[in-house]
Amino acid sequence: MADQIIETKEIKLTAKDFATDQDVRWCPGCGDYSILAQVQRSFPDLVGIKKENIVWISGIGCSSRFPYYMNTYGFHSIHGRAPAIATGVKVSRPELSVWVAAGDGDLLSIGGNHFIHACRKNVDLKVLLFNNRIYGLTKGQYSPTSEKGKITKTSPYGSVDYPFNPAALALGSNATFVARSLDRDTKHLQEMIRRAAAHKGLAFLEIFQNCSIFNDGAFDILTDKKTKDDNVLVLEHGKPMLFGANKDKGIIMDGAKPKAVEIGEGKHRIEDVLVHDEFDESPLLATLLAHMTDDPSMPTPIGVFRQVTKSTYDGDVEEQITSVTSKKGEGDLEKVLFTGSTWEVN
Amino acid sequence: MPKEKEVQNLSEVTVRFAGDSGDGMQLTGSQFSDTTALMGNDLSTLPDYPAEIRAPIGTVYGVSGFQLHFSSSDIHTPGDRPDILVAMNPAAIKKNISELKPGAMIIANIDSFDRKNLQLAKYETNPLEDSSLEGYEVYPVPIGSLTAKALQGTSLSPKEVSRCKNFFALGLMYWLFDRQVDQTVSWIQKKFAKKPEFIEANTNALLAGYNYGENTELFNTRYNVEPAKLPKGTYRSISGNEATALGFLAASVKSKLPLFLGSYPITPASEILQYLSNYKNFGVKTLQAEDEIAGITSAIGAAFAGNLAITTTSGPGLALKTEAIGLALMTELPIVIVDVQRGGPSTGLPTKTEQADLLQAVYGRNGEAPVAVLAASTPSDCFNMAIEASRLAIKYMTPVILLTDGYLANGSEPWKIPHANELPDIPVKFRTEKEGFAPYLRDGNLSRPWVKPGTPGLEHRIGGLEKANISGAVSYDPENHNLMINLRAQKVKNMVNDIPDLTVDGDMEGDILVLGWGGTYGAIKEAVIKAREAGYNVSQAHLKYINPLPKNTEYVLKGFKNVLIPEINLGQLSKIIRSEFLIPVKQLNIVRGLPFRVSDIENKIKEVLGGIA
Repeated sequence: MADQIIETKEIKLTAKDFATDQDVRWCPGCGDYSILAQVQRSFPDLVGIKKENIVWISGIGCSSRFPYYMNTYGFHSIHGRAPAIATGVKVSRPELSVWVAAGDGDLLSIGGNHFIHACRKNVDLKVLLFNNRIYGLTKGQYSPTSEKGKITKTSPYGSVDYPFNPAALALGSNATFVARSLDRDTKHLQEMIRRAAAHKGLAFLEIFQNCSIFNDGAFDILTDKKTKDDNVLVLEHGKPMLFGANKDKGIIMDGAKPKAVEIGEGKHRIEDVLVHDEFDESPLLATLLAHMTDDPSMPTPIGVFRQVTKSTYDGDVEEQITSVTSKKGEGDLEKVLFTGSTWEVN
Repeated sequence: MPKEKEVQNLSEVTVRFAGDSGDGMQLTGSQFSDTTALMGNDLSTLPDYPAEIRAPIGTVYGVSGFQLHFSSSDIHTPGDRPDILVAMNPAAIKKNISELKPGAMIIANIDSFDRKNLQLAKYETNPLEDSSLEGYEVYPVPIGSLTAKALQGTSLSPKEVSRCKNFFALGLMYWLFDRQVDQTVSWIQKKFAKKPEFIEANTNALLAGYNYGENTELFNTRYNVEPAKLPKGTYRSISGNEATALGFLAASVKSKLPLFLGSYPITPASEILQYLSNYKNFGVKTLQAEDEIAGITSAIGAAFAGNLAITTTSGPGLALKTEAIGLALMTELPIVIVDVQRGGPSTGLPTKTEQADLLQAVYGRNGEAPVAVLAASTPSDCFNMAIEASRLAIKYMTPVILLTDGYLANGSEPWKIPHANELPDIPVKFRTEKEGFAPYLRDGNLSRPWVKPGTPGLEHRIGGLEKANISGAVSYDPENHNLMINLRAQKVKNMVNDIPDLTVDGDMEGDILVLGWGGTYGAIKEAVIKAREAGYNVSQAHLKYINPLPKNTEYVLKGFKNVLIPEINLGQLSKIIRSEFLIPVKQLNIVRGLPFRVSDIENKIKEVLGGIA
């Protein structure tokens, strides 16, 4: 009865709780396996988000099979449209945690328009880009992130397309959270997933993902033990931008351009090295960092480029409804029907 | 003292206001309509404007028109040919003269018949002075200078003064038809609440026009059109787009589902988005999307999330939404797609009306993709059909296309307002029970359960890949695909048990049935009445449900020796009827971007019947 106290402890979920009964059917060695595993491992730690309130939306492509393997609400839709469908879900039901899984062709080619507008509006979505720089499901054509000159089935003499830099595109579209990680750096990827989940607003996470069939080894330089230290710059808020096995290289500003230099006696001083500020209101430096990927003389940054707080589209919609309702009162259909100039016929 | 004017009674009148796109003709026309509605006349309107917002001043292609047909009895069309043309410039005469009734009255603003405007309208000589308007009753009125005179001493600039001249013309027309100015005066007060100098100027111009009629020697006769005998009730004037918006609002209230509209502005559908964006205090969420595809896909997301989900567009937008309609069908989610048809193909005639999207709506998708298709028949019927489309989408968990058109959207008519409590509830059931749940279970209507994300234990995945029946898992099984194709088709077919039979106006058998659909209802109705008056035995039936067709359609059609289908396309319903029932039909197809003239249909009826009464 009333004095009977039932103690309820929230049962902590595990990665297994987020797995479905479907066999995962990506190619052996595909980076998508790792991304799925890191999502499933980090989701039990998400604070204040119930499993039944999580929705995964995807478009078309290898990565878009993702929702079938997540035991949450899920929607595998049509090519490129995941951000727009997700926007409809989030705006109509702001209490849901809405995630988008998309490939580079899906998000940046056919769905490019939806992506930039979701960023611009700051819809509270978590967008995971599985960037393997190739079209996998259609069997190996160049994608909007493929490097110029790439030889593929549709570019036998080398692609003449310039690629997008996804992180820079997201920053240019005013995304409020922009981060990058690697499929093979499992700890870092888990951390980035948790950070994205915690951000209120559009969180864009670009994940360099290996396609073992059509673009194998595209990111080896960033993941191989031998090369990664000299080629990856791990961005951490408040810390100097150092890289190299002995952290003896750093990024300084040379005029308006970042430059990689050696640190040490007779070289550059550590005090000259840029200190990362995730919360910088201006996206300019973050954009310069994002573009370092395009420059072979520079390391590729991973981590959070930028995280700023701004009201969300879905939140503002809700707020407007509340404020108009408090001014006008709850809608009355009868009143609306009989509004304006009416007349009686007797 | 001016002498007492004669008053002549008329049973019906068709007036057309015409002038430059910037002359405020749409406003003048709609004010005259509202006042006329308040006076108790039945009426029907046809705004007709160019796609350019401000086409070069004075040119024929910049002419904007507003036609209004009002009467003391029941009427159904905006009128074939105007009895009166109010022409604000020479181009307005040039554009409209061939449409007028023989002997029609032309009220012309002579101030704009200067050399420049005559040249712009490509007149070599002034039509008011040469003999080209012989046979018409021409009333030259210096509308521009009389307006300027009436506003002497105002703080308004000469340009602003000139822009008040439409109110002078309106005032004159109010005098001519013995209408009261009150409604317009209070409209002006509301509209310009923050600009008192505009209230004063526009009101003075209106009254000056009215008084000019009273005092001038030019007009000796005023006209009186008695109120129509409409069924008892409270009325308002309503356009199709506003009725569509209100219908969805009512469907939201009656289903207790929050309304979500994803839409991209497109002529002539944008107004539905505009109207619905006002109803925030009903919890209505309108998302002005980045493109047509985002309009529908955001609505699909909202449907998945458990809302009454709508998208609105016109023909080119429907083409862009095609793939997404297939997705809604495949995932068996309820959404309503409104296509306010305009002149096509491609960009076509954006501001004109047409019925040429029917086959696109019924068949225009990849794969076997049956979708329910409904069509509204009059401006106020858009209200009922928006509710119907919502009800069927929810009940059968499937997309429904509602066709209206530019004529219905912009045209208006008196509407006997229904009381909110007279509208039936729309039942909605969300599945919450975990026991025995599967995403593609079927109820008696073959509908699958609707589950709101957020419901514990019912997490499931849907998508555009073929699904195994019941379990909803991705399935490439050939037999399952065949089963699902048939289930989805059967679901739409099952709606025949849920929609009204096709009704016939007139005898159930006979020489000819005129079968229509959509916005041609009024023109067909009036043509049938006229043909009957001429001694012909004619019946009328009008389809509001095109997929599926009402169960008794074949039975009705087989009762007649001839079935005539007038359509503003090249015979799209005719194709459907022939292929469904193997019935020979006769066609009337005139695609001018304008509603049918009653006489077009009336003549065709006579032709089919061999001209024998």
